[in-house]
Amino acid sequence: MMFKGRDVISILDFTSEDLMKIFRVASEMEAYVKTGVDLLRDRILALLFFEPSTRTMFSFQTAMYRLGGKCLVFSGVERTSIAKGETLGDTIRMMDGYANAIVIRHKIEGAAKYAAEIAEAPVINAGDGSHHHPTQAMLDLYTIWKARGRIGGLKIGVLGDLKYGRASTSFIFGASLFKPETLYLISPPELQVKPEVRDKLGEMNINYVETTDLTNVIKELDVLYVTRIQKERFPDLAEYERVKGSYQINRSLLTGVKDDLMILHPLPRVDEISPEVDETRYAYYFEEARNAIPVRMALLKLILLGD
Amino acid sequence: MGEGLLVRKIRFGTVIDHIPAGNALNVVRILGINGDEGIRLAIIMNTESSKLGRKDIVKIEGRELTMDELNIIALIAPTATINIIRDYEVYRKEKVSVPDYIEGIIRCSNPSCISNQGRETAKPKFRVVSKEPLTLECIYCERYTSREEIVKQFISHMGV
Repeated sequence: MMFKGRDVISILDFTSEDLMKIFRVASEMEAYVKTGVDLLRDRILALLFFEPSTRTMFSFQTAMYRLGGKCLVFSGVERTSIAKGETLGDTIRMMDGYANAIVIRHKIEGAAKYAAEIAEAPVINAGDGSHHHPTQAMLDLYTIWKARGRIGGLKIGVLGDLKYGRASTSFIFGASLFKPETLYLISPPELQVKPEVRDKLGEMNINYVETTDLTNVIKELDVLYVTRIQKERFPDLAEYERVKGSYQINRSLLTGVKDDLMILHPLPRVDEISPEVDETRYAYYFEEARNAIPVRMALLKLILLGD
Repeated sequence: MGEGLLVRKIRFGTVIDHIPAGNALNVVRILGINGDEGIRLAIIMNTESSKLGRKDIVKIEGRELTMDELNIIALIAPTATINIIRDYEVYRKEKVSVPDYIEGIIRCSNPSCISNQGRETAKPKFRVVSKEPLTLECIYCERYTSREEIVKQFISHMGV
């Protein structure tokens, strides 16, 4: 599919070939992540962060600057007309007149799709409630491809809050596009994937296993994608403490894992990965965060200039 | 008591028969009929039925509804049958069937969906994932809405 002018709402709007194209351009962009390249001069990217963000917002901003473009940014709505009661629809209509592309993060699910219906400029979803976060999945998968040379055919585990986590949902779908050998969905029973996700995995013929048991599964894995277990999801604090403890990645849990296991995390982490893991060969999460720049540069280049 | 004694036959219009007992008011509501349009309408509830045991019937005089309008009834009353009446005779008889795509009329079950934010103009839109059991997928947030949730919406809407 052509990239120019394309909206990025869900990772499932893309095929594995589309994603490979982004990854190839991203690896070309690696040369410019610190020096820049003048491809998008005079182009303006609007960054509308109705919900606060650090990594996603700053990495989109950095990517646009490195491509020679400019950004219009707000993060939080306190000093905007939204605080006066302006609707999302009107905000998008206005920004559509100013910018060449719009990046949006919003707590309401479906907000990015709605924005894309209104705007003529391409809209990139940077997270809508607990729904999707497609560009996070792109950089997660790029990290795997860069390290392993392939994504398909691997044994991939996804750990944590699979019910409300938008990064985990997008990663699950994104990894599925490449047909993993087995996809392990590891979570406490109360945070299992939604039926909607299960049905899509069924439609895609994915070999997936739902389990609560990390200790045994981890030895099988090529990739472990860790996400935060959110305290506020538990009505019972004692239950939260128990679950949190059983899903903490530390050195002793890593005994007997595959030599080339990759541990990923969309960050921010709280205590689900112990800092002692940072020094091991398995830790890829800081590189993953750095990969946001070449991947988002590649995406902006493809969407604004075409293939 | 025979049905004919309860409400007389209509000359022209639409009869919605075989509505599961107790659902006639929901059917009227899902058709968007509020009562102030001036439509002559009869609602018969909990009458005898050989097929269903008990059933409801709605008779709408003077208006032939199209199947596109009527198929929406299948969301809450899948057993309903439609009789188009002309000059006291059944001119056409059809069963309702769930459409593949639904826009407006019902709400997404997810309160955090963009289609449930009052001041935004995102109209609820659904793809039908399964007709039995009925499962609708929201075009915006992709959350499922079931028949039970749809029925609840119409009940709460009526303040019953």
